[in-house]
Amino acid sequence: MADEGFEFPVDRTQVMLFARSVLDIRPEYSDPNDPATKAVGGIVTPPTFVQCSAHWQPNYPLDLTRPRQGPPPAHRGDAPGGGGGGLGRGLHAEQHYEYHHPIHVGDTLTVTTKPGNRWEKEGRRGGKLLFSESVTEYRNQDGVLCVTATSVGVQTERAVEQ
Amino acid sequence: MALKVGDTREQVVIENVNRSHIVKYAGASGDFNPLHHDEGAAQKMAGYPSVFAHGMLSMGLTGRMLTDWLGPTALKKFGVRFTKQVWPGDTLTAKGEVTKVENGLATIKVVTTNQNGESVVEGEAVAQA
Repeated sequence: MADEGFEFPVDRTQVMLFARSVLDIRPEYSDPNDPATKAVGGIVTPPTFVQCSAHWQPNYPLDLTRPRQGPPPAHRGDAPGGGGGGLGRGLHAEQHYEYHHPIHVGDTLTVTTKPGNRWEKEGRRGGKLLFSESVTEYRNQDGVLCVTATSVGVQTERAVEQ
Repeated sequence: MALKVGDTREQVVIENVNRSHIVKYAGASGDFNPLHHDEGAAQKMAGYPSVFAHGMLSMGLTGRMLTDWLGPTALKKFGVRFTKQVWPGDTLTAKGEVTKVENGLATIKVVTTNQNGESVVEGEAVAQA
C-alpha cells in the first residue's frame, strides 16, 4: 500500500545546491538564460536529484535535529531515500531510477512510497543480511509520472568490515 | 548522440574526498544520518573507523560522468549497487561502456572505482542512443 504522499516543490536554489554537492556545474542546473538550458526547456535536475525530497518528507527518519513537535519518528527500514540506510547497522545496498519525464524548476512533485520485496541472505562473513525494497513515485502537478525510484536497504547483524 | 557498442567514457569524478564534501552532500540531500558526519557516532554506534560518504554521493558523482557524456536529458534508467564504502581521502573514477544498442536505446555498464582499483559502485544505465 502506498502512503498518502507529500508535496516536493522543485526550487531553483535547491537544484543548484544539489548539483554543487555532486560537483556538477553544468548550466542546465542553475542558469535559466544559458542557451543550453533554453534548449532543454528550462532548468532540469541531476539524475539523483529526487533524493532532496527527504527535506519535505514529514516523517523522514535520518534528520534527528529537524525541529518538530514530539519525538523524532522511529527509523523504518523502508524509508524513501534512506533505503534502510538507517542508524547503526543499516546500509543502502542499491538504488535504481527510471526517468519517464523531465523535472523542471517550478514543478511541484507529489511523492508516494510503497514497500517492495523483502529477502534474506547469509553474509559472506556470517550473520544474516535483511534486504528491503521501497518504491517511490514522483509525479508532477499535471499528474505526469516523472521518476520511479527503487531503493534497497540492508540491515546487517554487525558493522560491515572494510 | 549516436552511441555504439564499445563506446567508453572514463572520468575522475572526485579527488581526495573530505568531510566538507560529505557534509555538503548531507545538507543538499537532507540525509543527516550521523554515520556520515559524526565521527563519534560512526565509531561508537556502528564500529566504523571514521565517517564515510553517503552511497548516494558516489551515485550522484557517477551520474555526473553519465550526464557529462550523454547530456542532462538522455537517461532513461540508472541503477547501481553500492559495493564498498567511500572513505575520506578516496579518489573516485567513474567508467561507462556501451554494451548494447537496440531500438534507439543504449545499455551502459557503469563502474566507479577508488584509488586502489576497488569498485565502490556498480550498475547499469539506459540512455537514448
